[in-house]
Parts: sequence; C-alpha cells; structure tokens
Amino acid sequence: MPIRCEIVSQDRIVYQGPADIVVLPGADGMMGILPNHSPVLATLQFGVITVRHRGKEQYFTVAGGVVEVQPDQVTVLADAAENVEEINLQRAEEAKRRAEEMMSKTPPTDADEYLRLQAALRRSNLWVEAARRYRQRRSKS
Amino acid sequence: MTSPREMRLRIRSVRNISQVTRALETVSASKVRKAVQAVQATTPYAEKAWKVLVHLARQPGHTSLHPLLTEREQIRRILVVMISGDRGLAGAYNVNILRHTLQNCLDFTSPISFVVVGRKGRDLLWRRKLNILAEFSNLPSPSSFADVAAIGTLVVNGFINEDFDQVYLAYTEFFTMLTQRPVFRLILPLKVQYAPEGVKAYNVTHSRSSAVFTYEPDQTEILNQIVPRFTALQIYKAILSSQASEHAARMVAMRNATDNALELMTQLQLEYNKVRQQMITNDMLDIAGGAEALVTGLHR
Repeated sequence: MPIRCEIVSQDRIVYQGPADIVVLPGADGMMGILPNHSPVLATLQFGVITVRHRGKEQYFTVAGGVVEVQPDQVTVLADAAENVEEINLQRAEEAKRRAEEMMSKTPPTDADEYLRLQAALRRSNLWVEAARRYRQRRSKS
Repeated sequence: MTSPREMRLRIRSVRNISQVTRALETVSASKVRKAVQAVQATTPYAEKAWKVLVHLARQPGHTSLHPLLTEREQIRRILVVMISGDRGLAGAYNVNILRHTLQNCLDFTSPISFVVVGRKGRDLLWRRKLNILAEFSNLPSPSSFADVAAIGTLVVNGFINEDFDQVYLAYTEFFTMLTQRPVFRLILPLKVQYAPEGVKAYNVTHSRSSAVFTYEPDQTEILNQIVPRFTALQIYKAILSSQASEHAARMVAMRNATDNALELMTQLQLEYNKVRQQMITNDMLDIAGGAEALVTGLHR
C-alpha cells in the first residue's frame, strides 16, 4: 500500500501523489519513510527529497521546512521546493557564481546580511548539485 | 459656440481616453485572475501549517508557549502592517483601506508604527505625519513568496525583540469582482481559538484529534520554524488578496470611465453634427441670397 505524499511550498503544490518510499533530509539526518510509519513531526534542512514509486524516482530540492508523517501520509511544508526537472541549471550556476562573487569581493559586515548571503550560496549550490546528480542518473538509465 | 475644428479635436481626445481606459480595463481583468489563482495556491500550505500549529499549541504540559503565541500583559507599542497599491486610478481602493485603518487605530492608546506596502499608502500616511517604520513598494503582481518574505521576517523579529507588543494587519479582502472589503486584524500574538463547527475564521479550529507524534528534534524547535512561517504566509496571502482587490477595483473604475467617455463622445458627436449642419445651412442661405441678389440685379 503506497503512502500519499504531498510537498507544498508557500505559493504552490510542488508534488502530490502516491509513493512507496520517501527519503527526507531531516534536521538530525536523512530519514526514509515507508508506509505505516509512526506519526512524526520533524524539521528539515537543506537537501534533496527522493520520492520513489514503482521503481521510478523523483527528486525535489528543499531549503528547509517541516514534515508531518502519518501512517498513510507524508506532508512536507517546504520553504522553496523545486522538482529537480524544473531547475534551470544555467540560472542556478549563475546564481551560485554571483553569490560567490559577492562573498569574496564585498564580504558583508552585517551579520544578518552575511547569513542571508550564505543561505543564497547554499541554495544555489544545492540546485546545481541536485541538477547534476539527477542528470547523471538519467543518462545512465 | 465652439468652432467645428475645436469640437473635432475634443471628440478625438475623448476617443483616445476611452481607448486608454479600455486597455487598462483589459489588463486589470487578466491580472485579477492571476492574483486570485495565486491566493488559492497558498491555501494548501496554510491549511497544513495551521493543522500542525494547532496540534502543537494544544500539547499538554506546554504552558509556556512559544513567544509568538503569548499575549503580553502590557501593550506599549503597536505595529500596523498596511497593504495598499502602488498606483492610483483604482477607484476608492487606496482611500478605503487607509480610512478603515485609521478608524481602527483610533481605539489604541499606545503609540503606533506603520509598515506600509505600496507607494500610495505610504504617501497618504506620510501626509498625515504618521510614524512609518518601513516601506515596500513596486512589488510584482502577483508577487512570489520570496518577494514578501522580508516583511514577515521584519515583523516577527520586531515582535520577538519586544519592539512592539501587538501586530495588526490591514488589507483588502477580495470577495468578488464587485466587492472588496478592507479588513483589520491581529496577527501577532497568534491566538488559537476553538469554536464549534460552522464558525469560520482564520484562527479558529474545530479539530480535536490527538494523534501521538514523535518530535524531531523537539516541539519548541518545530514551533520556532512554523510560527514565523505561518505569520509570513498570512502577510503574503493578504498582499495577494489586496492585489486582486486593487486590480478588480481598477477594472471597475476603468469600465466606468470607458462608458462615460463613450457617452460623452456620442453627445459631442451630436453637437458637432448640429454645428456642421448649421454651417451648411448658413452657407446655402448665403449662396441663395447671393443668387437672389444677382437675379433681381439682372431684372432691373
């Protein structure tokens, strides 16, 4: 029996459908959710969510958030989630380069600004890596 | 009487106006649709987040709730987030939200600061010499969450640092194309209320489920994550709803303007025709008079 899996970000539903296993980047490490998992509320960190259904895998990048697990349902409340297929690699690389440039050229003195820039850098890094990893897998199969 | 030349110019300028207003009407109509869709797209997240929030807030032994959920005894400072439009030509939209906000603010005894979204609102508050803390203008329509996340951060941080003890949100709720109503409500501290089935409000819950969850890392951490996000989401939703209202108000205003312009055009055209006919008649009379004079001259 598959689990219902929903990934929602603030402005849209990113994914909705059945899954045999969902692998999430939990705050304390990766967690794999199978059907009939006991109820869990957990925070997420930057990372990739893997949704597998009937041998097919889909990947989603997520920049933190909260997940609610129930025996028959996984709900991810994500900050900025994307399907890896939707990522524009060129744009992601550009964003990464820009963030790196800003980090090295004009290191922000303000702590808030620094954190924000670091978050942007991490996010773009995540996009680039996820897109690369996904593409490799597709070319093999 | 105005000359026919002048009248032609007037008719032409009125026609130009009607074309401009009709174009604005069409643009607004499509923007309303997009904004309404964007509002609806936030619903799934909002519902889920609220469910989790309610669940956590009800946990037994959780007496000292999250600071964002705790009501303060003394209200020393108040923050009002007012959402208005960047542009005019939207009927009474900007004035309505301002009037509604100021009316509600009359009851407060503590000093009030404003965070304002939209240039028009800023100008109106500025003119009244009110205390504006921050301003966000020229947001794209419909905005994405990333565009407005900063407002949520500002509000939540201000509340946690005790810069203000209550935060209100003033925006225009979109009901239909023809009705939009200004709304003024408390968003921080967030109050979770229980109500019987049938009562509907943004902070009312009916659920009394008591599934036992495991928490990772712990409840406070999860609340830390979810409450600020829920607050930011409320602001985001309010902005989208206001944008939908603004476009709808503009559409109606522009439709009226187009109708009026067309009516004016028919009137002017009628008048012009009369003047033109009058001129022709006069010319004919002149010619006839001239011919008559010639004929009588010949006969003499």
